[in-house]
Amino acid sequence: MYKILEKQVLSDVIKLMVIEAPHIAQRAKAGQFTIVRIDEQAERIPLTIADYDSKAGTITIIFQEVGQSTMHLGTLNVGDSIASFAGPLGHPTEIENYGTVICMGGGVGIAPIYPITRALKQAGNKVISIIAARSKDLLFWEDKMRAVSDEIHVCTDDGSHGRKGLVTDPLKEILEAKKENIAKVWAIGPAIMMKFVSLTTKPFNVPTIVSLNTIMIDGTGMCGGCRVLLDEGAKFVCVDGPEFDGHKVDWNSLMSRLSYYREEEKMAVEHWKEHKCKLDKEIAAGGK
Amino acid sequence: MAKLEPKERMKIPRQPMPEQDPKIRNANFEEVALGYDEATARKEAERCLQCKKPGCTVGCPVGVRIPEFILAVREGNLPKAVEEMKVKNNLPAICGRVCPQEVQCEGKCILTKKGKSVAIGRLERFVGDYELAHRTCPLTAAPATGKKIAVVGTGPAGLTCAVDLAREGHKVTMFESLHGPGGVLVYGIPEFRLPKKVVFGEIDYAVECLGIQVRNDHVIGRTISLNELLEQYDAVFLGTGAGLPSFMRIPGINLNGVMSANEFLTRVNLMKGYLFPNYSTPVKLGKKVAVVGGGNVAMDSARCSKRMQAVQAKQTGTEPGEVHIIYRRSKEEVPARAEEFHHAIEEGIICDLLTNPVEIIGDETGKVSKIRCIRMELGEPDASGRRKPVPIPGSELEMEMDTVIMALGTSPNPIVFVDADGLERTKHGTAVADVETGRTKKQRVWAGGDVVTGAATVISAMGAGKRAAADMHKFLKGEAPW
Ligand SMILES: Cc1cc2nc3c(=O)[nH]c(=O)nc-3n(C[C@H](O)[C@H](O)[C@H](O)COP(=O)(O)OP(=O)(O)OC[C@H]3O[C@@H](n4cnc5c(N)ncnc54)[C@H](O)[C@@H]3O)c2cc1C
Ligand SMILES: Cc1cc2nc3c(=O)[nH]c(=O)nc-3n(C[C@H](O)[C@H](O)[C@H](O)COP(=O)(O)OP(=O)(O)OC[C@H]3O[C@@H](n4cnc5c(N)ncnc54)[C@H](O)[C@@H]3O)c2cc1C
Ligand code: SF4
Ligand code: SF4
Ligand code: FES
Repeated sequence: MYKILEKQVLSDVIKLMVIEAPHIAQRAKAGQFTIVRIDEQAERIPLTIADYDSKAGTITIIFQEVGQSTMHLGTLNVGDSIASFAGPLGHPTEIENYGTVICMGGGVGIAPIYPITRALKQAGNKVISIIAARSKDLLFWEDKMRAVSDEIHVCTDDGSHGRKGLVTDPLKEILEAKKENIAKVWAIGPAIMMKFVSLTTKPFNVPTIVSLNTIMIDGTGMCGGCRVLLDEGAKFVCVDGPEFDGHKVDWNSLMSRLSYYREEEKMAVEHWKEHKCKLDKEIAAGGK
Repeated sequence: MAKLEPKERMKIPRQPMPEQDPKIRNANFEEVALGYDEATARKEAERCLQCKKPGCTVGCPVGVRIPEFILAVREGNLPKAVEEMKVKNNLPAICGRVCPQEVQCEGKCILTKKGKSVAIGRLERFVGDYELAHRTCPLTAAPATGKKIAVVGTGPAGLTCAVDLAREGHKVTMFESLHGPGGVLVYGIPEFRLPKKVVFGEIDYAVECLGIQVRNDHVIGRTISLNELLEQYDAVFLGTGAGLPSFMRIPGINLNGVMSANEFLTRVNLMKGYLFPNYSTPVKLGKKVAVVGGGNVAMDSARCSKRMQAVQAKQTGTEPGEVHIIYRRSKEEVPARAEEFHHAIEEGIICDLLTNPVEIIGDETGKVSKIRCIRMELGEPDASGRRKPVPIPGSELEMEMDTVIMALGTSPNPIVFVDADGLERTKHGTAVADVETGRTKKQRVWAGGDVVTGAATVISAMGAGKRAAADMHKFLKGEAPW
């Protein structure tokens, strides 16, 4: 069992947890992820290492409540434990001094882009960050990102904070301005965002690294459920990735695979809400 | 029973195994074979001729003392039967259920030629279940030696090795990448063939009696590497199995609805997907399922599919649908245990033999809709001695399918070899290790089971774990330096 040491509510649907996991913290690096299983009945879900403290033996995760597992996780509190926590999985980001780089985070993708941005900055790169969310209340860590960036652009879809527009707008302007050579772009966020970032950088021939969020089970190469089609054939995201060259990814196949379990996901949420409702009532009744 | 003459013994028919009715069992996940009761077991034991040079023992990969344990069963001395069994085999309740007996012990039984072999596997299961219920043969550890051992992987190879070393008084820690121990016994072989309470019963017992530590969620090569383990432990055993699935190189394998047998079986068995939504891992299965392959893995996938279809049909009030096995050779070459193939047919699974997929075709949403196959015929024997299947030109056919499960064999997962310099591997990705001792090319590292042989059997993995444990113990005592 792995104890939750800290919990922060970053927005209505985005939560942060610091979890006691010395076995993962010892070796964790930017770009890697974990597999979380809440309890005996739960599924295994992948969550990125948003931060780590090897001395304290802790791992920070940030998640958006999109379905049954993440909603359930969101109800846990400091002092509660999760049943399984494996990692660090996947290859770490290749950190070097490339020159000038752009780091982009969309929505909950701001969490995983942060440690990468920080490491790139520490390695001596000039870092331009672009972060975005649907609206102001979904945006978090602007201050943390600012602290590790030389230049930062903030957008919201609805214009409630920063600039109104998509992440690709400032990206395109920077690339078109050609003020300096952009050595590499990192983009993490919803598949659709990563797809359009890749399409935007392609004509400029700027290498673009994306972190793919396929459906996973084991996270160790055993099931093949996370496979993705690249120009050179199928790869397993959990062991060959999670980072890939965005220009080589078959985005349509990826997005179609992400939506394959939609009916079951809906059913799971309904079932869980019913179950939780019943539990809450029982607790309330017991409390009287 | 009075003492019988061999002739009379040979007149006793092989005692049938009580089983769930095929039409009922193909809709539930409960065990198919129900096990002998004591009277039936003793009657079956009467059939054994107590050969002076027993072929059965030669056929068993670990040389179980078969006539000795059967004699004890015949005499009704079950604690003695357990004791005889455990000299060579720690896990009879498991092996009795899953060994391919027809090509091992029973295949070499003298009665095979004269009719039907003694049902050694069924008797072994009976003895194993007796031990699980009564624990007449307690596990005890020798005084502590102060040596520390890491066992990587908790399948049959790792478990056997850990138990034998812990009994010698060494301090054993097992590392497992998944959230619980057992390896294929838990994530691969389904509940209806090997109930998980049997596997967990054995593991919990060993852990409690011998103080073995199990560290789940530790992926060696990621969480901690082999080289780092060697800094902390006196010796390391690798029993990481062959868990990496292969996909056919044909168009359409990335369509929705195509999955590896590992993914499907993991969802169903390890994650208990058949209890969705009470358990959160969904299993998506259509009304027309094709399982490609002919081994145990294919049979298990097909039989689980049949059951999942029944569960889902009940939930939705529809008809269950059909399951096909597509295999490129003929019935004679099917590599699965004979009993599993027989059970699959009984349960209503359709076999398309001498057939090989060439393409999987999708609909406009990216989901499987058809599978294109070609018929095969058997040509000249190949290197393995089996007749090689060759495609019949112009014999292509299409079958409507909405799910395709690839059960094509597996190879060792390479993650464990990260930061493990000097550990030699073959071109198939298996670790190079001495057959007798399990020693690899890297000092203080032993290996055994599927990671060395490629996908094989439970009993061969256990045998390898046992041999390695014996050599590791000698090494740790200083009797067999590296
Ligand atoms: C390597 C990796 C790292 C990840 N890191 C993070 C992270 O740091 N924070 C975070 O919030 N999420 C992360 N994800 C995504 C996260 O795993 C999913 O959001 C989670 O599995 C959803 O589970 P659920 O039961 O709550 O939702 P489900 O009920 O399974 O899904 C609900 C909805 O979310 C969508 N969805 C399902 N799976 C994913 C997915 N894998 N990615 C995106 N959307 C999905 C579906 O389309 C569905 O409509 C990561 C995924 C991967 C592969
Ligand atoms: C579906 C199926 C049905 C089968 N049916 C039969 C049958 O009826 N009869 C029979 O005799 N055999 C059968 N087999 C084969 C048999 O199960 C295997 O040969 C046997 O389990 C091999 O044992 P093992 O200990 O070598 O490896 P495994 O059982 O594969 O165990 C390896 C363990 O190591 C863990 N591991 C892997 N990598 C790492 C790592 N890097 N770090 C930590 N842990 C790791 C794995 O998670 C796993 O738990 C079947 C196999 C399958 C898949
Ligand atoms: S271990 Fe397997 S092969 Fe050996 S006697 Fe038992 S059932 Fe037969
Ligand atoms: S070969 Fe058959 S009959 Fe002879 S001892 Fe073995 S089981 Fe008994
Ligand atoms: S998640 Fe199973 S192979 Fe990647």
